[in-house]
Amino acid sequence: MAELTLVEAINDCFHVELGRDENVMVMGEDVGRAGGVFRATAGLRDKFGADRCVDTPLAEAGIIGSAVGLCMAGFRPVCEMQYDAFSYPALDQLITHVGRYRWRTGGRMGFPLTVRMPYGGGVRAPELHDDSPEAYYVHTPGVKVAIPSTPSDAKGLLAAAIRDPDPVVIFEPKLHYRTMRGEVPEGEHVVPLGQGRTVREGDDVTLVAYGSMVPLAEQAADALADRASAEILDIRTLKPLDEDALLAAAAKTGRVVIIQEAPRTAGYGAELAAILAEKAMLDLRGPVLRVTGYDVPYPYWQIEDAYMPSVERVVDAVEKLLEY
Amino acid sequence: MAQVLPAERDLRRVIGDGDSVPDGEVDGLTDHDLVELYRGLVLLRTYDERSVVYHRQGRIGTYAIYWNHEAMQAGSVYALEDGDWIFPSYRESAIGLLRGMPASTVLSWWRGHPAGWWNPADYNVASICVPIGTHVPHAAGLAWGKRLRGEKACAIAYFGDGATSEGSFHEGANFAAVMRAPLVLFCNNNGWAISTPVEAQSRADTLADKAVGYGMPAARVDGLDILAVYEATREAVARARAGEGPTFIEAVSYRAAPHATADDPKAYIDLERVEEERKRECVARYEGYLRRAGILTDEMAESIRAEAEQAMRDGIAAAEAEPPADPGLLFEHALVDPPASFDADLAELRRVLGG
Repeated sequence: MAELTLVEAINDCFHVELGRDENVMVMGEDVGRAGGVFRATAGLRDKFGADRCVDTPLAEAGIIGSAVGLCMAGFRPVCEMQYDAFSYPALDQLITHVGRYRWRTGGRMGFPLTVRMPYGGGVRAPELHDDSPEAYYVHTPGVKVAIPSTPSDAKGLLAAAIRDPDPVVIFEPKLHYRTMRGEVPEGEHVVPLGQGRTVREGDDVTLVAYGSMVPLAEQAADALADRASAEILDIRTLKPLDEDALLAAAAKTGRVVIIQEAPRTAGYGAELAAILAEKAMLDLRGPVLRVTGYDVPYPYWQIEDAYMPSVERVVDAVEKLLEY
Repeated sequence: MAQVLPAERDLRRVIGDGDSVPDGEVDGLTDHDLVELYRGLVLLRTYDERSVVYHRQGRIGTYAIYWNHEAMQAGSVYALEDGDWIFPSYRESAIGLLRGMPASTVLSWWRGHPAGWWNPADYNVASICVPIGTHVPHAAGLAWGKRLRGEKACAIAYFGDGATSEGSFHEGANFAAVMRAPLVLFCNNNGWAISTPVEAQSRADTLADKAVGYGMPAARVDGLDILAVYEATREAVARARAGEGPTFIEAVSYRAAPHATADDPKAYIDLERVEEERKRECVARYEGYLRRAGILTDEMAESIRAEAEQAMRDGIAAAEAEPPADPGLLFEHALVDPPASFDADLAELRRVLGG
């Protein structure tokens, strides 16, 4: 075990995965010479060469689109989108080709590409460096989506994505890139896609979260400790979802609060709430509540704290449920 | 740095008019090659004309007509090796026939049947790209990957004049140039993007001028002249194999048929001009060249046409003999490793369907 920050764990993963499979290559804006604006790809160009850690033109659709062609040539490209909102030009390729191409060949040709990007707010950044766009990606058929919340999962889920035969999109909580440290297994470390993680056990309420909202859920659980014991489920893989883990965590307490940083309407939390409505109604003691961002553009940073889900808002939601 | 070369201004031409303009010839092409080029041309023409009939008979769905584009497709593909990759748009839907793909596969595609799926690696022909220009980055990536692997194969991407307005064309062309990808960017400029004339598409004097901005050379050819198309593509392929990167080819023609079976161009096109163009169409032009050269006899022409017609008869029969697609196919193929919900959804669907 090594004690690493979240972004160091990602870098560690790359060193391991590029070392074990010569078809794996990293590509994106500033990933080579600079080692990535967050240093996620630091040292790769020196170690593996400029053809395996490629500084590309500034063209997100070109990056994902050429990665589709690289897959046809037998590579396993890992594409970095420099920031969440910079990925929007690439949604064209993601939706029209990445999620459909295998299907279009009757399953005869694989597209094992990975897209990863830092996401989320709270970092006092300019506009469009703060988005949580996971719902667009989750809604795209043929694409898997995972969001780690710890350094260990950041390494393990990325390794799983790189080795997966299907396209996978990983969102990394940039708020915790450097502020979170944790134990990370050395060498090869894979966290299988499609498995939720029980962060802590509790009896009175279940907090369901992923990515940067998991530490927030833990803080909220601490704040509630004298009144209620909270179970926390980290979804980890949004698609495919570990539905059994969700239903079990909901049944255990009968009260569910879903925490999601993205805007509320048709966000991923709505999908979780719908599944609970369909399959857990008799286990529930009250309505499923959501604590989310609002249906507004992500704000300028002087008021971003008012936008972001907070401990106070989570505690408030839990209190409403306990009194229901 | 890539060298910025001036784009060629004039349309290259090899075939004369049998009158004041003399016929030229292409170095290295044998009589056998000249006949094989004709065979490809006739196969594509037959596919297209039969498809329009099949559509009218309700045997295939909406179909994108490529009548008078055959010289661009057959001429350029003949300049490739079998290991080279083809990235078609919907206008080149039947280009796989030149690589031995059965007509039934392409007809099934236009029938909306899963038998129209193919493995691109079986023919080195990518899937038909429906959204405009979004396959250009794929071709750039494949070609770049071939270079990274040290293979000699190159790629060719086909797109129309309208596609040059798309962002993905730009990103793909620029990627190919920067990565020195062995790629031929083949623009079939037929003057129309459905109802929008090329003059409303770009203020550039020629579409080939765009190549200058990417630091790649360009050639302009008469798109109705299969030999000029072949020769220009052969040069571009040689550059690609020599590690010199991509080339842009602008093949100029005129769309002398509707955009697709669902389109009625009477509302926007000059019908007299269309009639003029139909008289200059590419198959008869090449046939005239071969006859003047004494290479093609009536018997050969008849036999090549009969062979193409038989391929179509076999193709539509096989496509129509495909069993109805099972609903289970909904859930196959999108993912190697489908989620458990797919099984549940299919079971539920079968229960409701009563199957």
